[in-house]
Parts: sequence; structure tokens; C-alpha cells
Amino acid sequence: MIIEFVIPALLTIITASTPLVFAAIGEIVVEKSGVLNLGVEGMMIVGAVGAFAVTVKTGNPYIGVIAGAFSGLLLSFIFGFLTLYLYSNQVATGLALTIFGVGLSALLGHEFVGQTINSLPKLNTPFFSDIRGLGPLVFEQDFMVYLSVFMAILVTWFLMRTRWGLALRAVGENHDAAHSIGFSVTLIRLFAILFGGAMAGLGGAYLSLAHTPLWVENMSAGRGWIALALVVFASWRPWRAFFGAYLFGGITIIQLHAQGFGVDVPSQVLSMLPYLVTIIVLVMISRDDFRIRISAPACLGKSFHPHG
Amino acid sequence: MVFKLEPRAVPSRVMIYQSPIIAVLLTLLAGMVMFRLLGTDPLQALDAFFIEPISTLDGIAELLVKAAPLILIAIGLSIGFQANVWNIGAEGQLTIGALFGGGLALAFYEFETPFLIPAMLIAGTFGGMIWAAIPALLKTRFNTNEILTSLMLTYVGLLILSYLIHGPLRDPDGFNFPESRLFHDSALMPLLIEGTRLHIGFLIALGVAIFAWLFIFKHVVGFQIRVVGLAPAAASFAGFKQKRLIWFALMISGGTAGLAGVIEVAGPIGQIVPVISPGYGFTAIIVAFLGRLHPIGVIFSGILMALTYLGGDSAQITMNLPSAVTGVFQGMLLFFLLASDVLIRYRVKIN
Repeated sequence: MIIEFVIPALLTIITASTPLVFAAIGEIVVEKSGVLNLGVEGMMIVGAVGAFAVTVKTGNPYIGVIAGAFSGLLLSFIFGFLTLYLYSNQVATGLALTIFGVGLSALLGHEFVGQTINSLPKLNTPFFSDIRGLGPLVFEQDFMVYLSVFMAILVTWFLMRTRWGLALRAVGENHDAAHSIGFSVTLIRLFAILFGGAMAGLGGAYLSLAHTPLWVENMSAGRGWIALALVVFASWRPWRAFFGAYLFGGITIIQLHAQGFGVDVPSQVLSMLPYLVTIIVLVMISRDDFRIRISAPACLGKSFHPHG
Repeated sequence: MVFKLEPRAVPSRVMIYQSPIIAVLLTLLAGMVMFRLLGTDPLQALDAFFIEPISTLDGIAELLVKAAPLILIAIGLSIGFQANVWNIGAEGQLTIGALFGGGLALAFYEFETPFLIPAMLIAGTFGGMIWAAIPALLKTRFNTNEILTSLMLTYVGLLILSYLIHGPLRDPDGFNFPESRLFHDSALMPLLIEGTRLHIGFLIALGVAIFAWLFIFKHVVGFQIRVVGLAPAAASFAGFKQKRLIWFALMISGGTAGLAGVIEVAGPIGQIVPVISPGYGFTAIIVAFLGRLHPIGVIFSGILMALTYLGGDSAQITMNLPSAVTGVFQGMLLFFLLASDVLIRYRVKIN
């Protein structure tokens, strides 16, 4: 009885959380390098349309995933070029990226509205999949769910255990000092931005290939912004962002099943939940000013001018 | 040949005003490439996009109808942006303002009084301020990032509109369509030119612009805002109250966005509908930057951005291009503007 309800609920949570995991972990790497890219929403929606379009054309959702990552990466390159080489304001440029991305995705997706695709296939692990309850949950997801867990591990390892991760964090904490000991601040930040773009693109690809295998204008519906809030919520730590994303995924369960429990609430009120919870969570985290100050990269949002 | 950026000793005042012009020209060039890629004749498309819509009196009237909300919102936003207060939730504040003002029109549905319109304008402004008060309170009290909260509240505001228009505000004789009753004549903005949709909202926008101009350059609070933007450290030494400025910036920008919302529902729309604004709240961000965060500059950039909306509609009708082209144009314009702005502080040197 419990298994019959809990397992499908957990499956929904996984599907709703995975796009947020990709986008939030990508943005953590970007912000750790000292760059605030507010264009996550734009990169995500362009990733979604890129992945969908390529899947329609090739019939292969795996090529679609790669296309989604690549679309996000291309868009983030614009941001990197403007902020790193032309010293533009990061907040304004990030907003521009979102406005442009939403428009571009609507333009590119115009001919794909209403088309259907084969969604990303669920993997089937022999033997393990047959475990009652746990089997489908842990061993029968599509590969992107596993990829999202793998990326959380990889990014944690990269940031904390590798020389280049240390360099990236140094650039984010004090770009002048990092520059003076010979690190290329601009190049490290550019790679971080491109990685963040590809990750946001992957999150978008998951939306249009697995979450709802369709192209709908504005289908990211603020998830890019929620991912940005998750970064603050997670105090810039990948694993916390991972669990934060699952917390948010959990809210969608309330949204989907509240009416099933006989709760009579207008659907619009339920749809507000993720946004309201984001605000509440941000308030709870931000009121601890000290914690934000010690965990946020010190150079976050500041332009670096190599000639002083 | 290598290009190098060399810092200028003093930021170029001339470039501040030349950079938007460069950005517009680059956007037009990139637009021609885009139209070519979409398989249309670029010159014909540019004509359909930028010339044809304003070749009639009706077209010019429509241009000013669309410019009014953009100018209003952008004036409010530019005051905040100067003080480093990033309200990006104007779309939500516009929606709540439209609901307050429009709600009043529906509450006094059969009243014939000249006071209804002024009351609606005040109610709309107030509604926008209430919606902007939430990020202001959270920012000043709990140090919560206003960018994220104001944006989240936009989604909440749009859902409130959706709920009300599918429920309490729905026209009782409207066959269950999600639309309110048509406003009564005394709840509609008076027209400036009969036979067009141009209404006094545009004059209100101009009035607010001039008022904001005087305020920023003549009033002490306006001076404080400029100082905070230019030299935050100096501002805190001078003892300017940071929290008061945050409240002030959000109240002004929320208020103008709410006012824009009510002039939309009482102007060209004439009722409350599920979609009140085609993204004016976000486009106004571009208008503010393109107008150099200056109230008079915003008037010109607001009219220019209004043209991209008209152009999108016209290109859709005459050339069968998707109206999303508008969003792409607007995004490109902001990119090119941010890129050209580098020339204010740097000059290009060719080695």
C-alpha cells in the first residue's frame, strides 16, 4: 500500500529535481570563479529547444542531449565574451542573456510546437530492476538522472580535490592575488562560464526530452531562477544544491497530488508553491548575514581588469 | 593586427550618448543577417519591421500607446538601477497594479463619475507599490536578494491574475470566457486623437518623465541616489540611509509599473484579460539601459522599443515571420549596447 503510493511519488520527485540539479551545480562552478551569471533561465530554455529540435530531426534523444548542452554553452559564450573581455556589468548582461534566450528559443521552437518525440529511454538493469519497490526507483531511471548524480560527485571532487579546482576558487576569492601568482583569471572564468552554460543546457534538455517530452514556449517557467536561488540556499556547495533541488522537486508532489487528497485549493495557488517556497527559503538563509558572507566567493560579481 | 583596449583617463561623455546609436546600428545589421537566415529578403523585412508600422497616423498612435507603459516602467527602474537596486519584477507589479485599478473599475461598474479614472490610477500605482514592498521589506529586514524575490513574485502575480480571471472577476454574462466585463466609459482613459487608440496615458508618461528628471537633478534624495550609484563608499561616509534608499527605489519602480498596468487595462485593453502585458516589465529593463538611466533618454528609447513590438506584429502579418522575432531583436539590442558601453571607459588601440 505504502509502496504503491510512495514509489510513484518519488519517481515524480526525481523527474522534477533533475533539471534543477544540473543548472544549480553548473552555476555553483560559475559563481565559485567569481562570476554571477543571471542568464541561467535563458541558457536553460535555449538548451531545451536545442535538444528538442535535434531530437526531432535525428530521432535520437541522446544526440539531442548533446545538442542541448552545446546550445547552452554557445549562449554562455556571449555572456563570457561581454563580461570578461568587454567588462560589461554582470547583472545587466545576465538579464540580457535571459531576455535574448527566451526570445531566441521561441523563434527557433516555432516550427516544433505540437511535434512529438521519443522521450529519453529509461534504462533497464538486469536483475536489480526486479527488486520490488526499490528496483524501478534506483535502477530504472534514464541516464541523465545518473549523470546528474555523477556531476554532483565530479564537481565536488574537482572543486575540493584538484589543483584546477583550487585555482578556480582562488580566482573567485581574490582575482588580483590569483592573477599575481600567474593564474589566467579571464581564461579560468571563461571555462567556468562555458561549463555552467553546458550544465544549464543539460537541465533544459532534460525538461524537453524527459520531464515533458514536448516543446512549449517558456517551458522552463522560472526554473533557471530557482536554480540561482538554490545556489544561495546551498551556500555554494554542490551536494547541498543536490539535496536542495530534491526538496524543491518534492514540492511538485504536493502540487500534483493535493487534489487527490481531497484538498480543495485552486490550481493557481498550488502552482505558486515553488515560487513562494523559494522566497521563504531565501529569507531564512539570507537573514544569517554572517553565513552568506563567509560562504559567498569574495569576488562574486566583480569585473577583473588585468591592467589595474 | 591586434586590437587592444586601453583605459581612458576620464570616461568619455560623448560615448555615453554615442554607444546607444552604435548599438542600434549593429542590431539592424545583425537583424538583416537573421532575416536572411530565416529565408526572407532582409531589406523587405526591415521595411516591414521598422518603416511600415509607422507610415500611417494610426501606426504612430499605436507606437505611442505601446511606448507609454515602457517609458513609465523604465523611469522607475532607472532610478533603482542607479542606486544598485535591481527590481526585475516590474512585470508582476504591473499585473497587480492592473488588478487594483481594474478591480476598482469593476467594483464601480455603473458609476458615471469623472473621479473614477483618477481613483483607478491611484489604486493601480498603490497596487504596484504593495507588490514591490515585499522585496523591499525582505531586502531591508532580512538582507534577501531583491533580484530573485521580485522575479519570483512576478510568477506569483501572474498566477493571481489567472486565478481571479477564471473566478471572481470573470464576466457573469461572458459564456465562461476568462475575461472580465468591458469597462464602462467613465473607467476608460480619455482618447487624445479620436479614431485611434492613443489615450492620455502617453501624456502621463511624459509628465512622470519630466517630474523624475527634475527630481533626480534638483532634489536631495535624487542626489543621494546618484551618489550611491557612483560611489557607494562615499555615500555611506556621508551617512545616507541605505535602507531608506532601497525602499524609495522599490516604491518608485513598483508604483510606476503599477501605473503602467492600470493605463493598459483602462486604455487599449478596456477590460481585464488573462494576458495584460506582452512582457513590458522585462523590456523596460532594456529601455532603461538604452535611455542611459536618464528620464529624458528613456522617452526616446521607450518609443524605439515600442517600435520593435509593432514591427513584430507587422512582420508576422505581412511576411509570416514568428512574432518571437521581437524578443530576439530586444535581446540583441541590449547585448550590443552593453558591448558598445566598453568604449565609454576604454579606447580601442590597434597594434
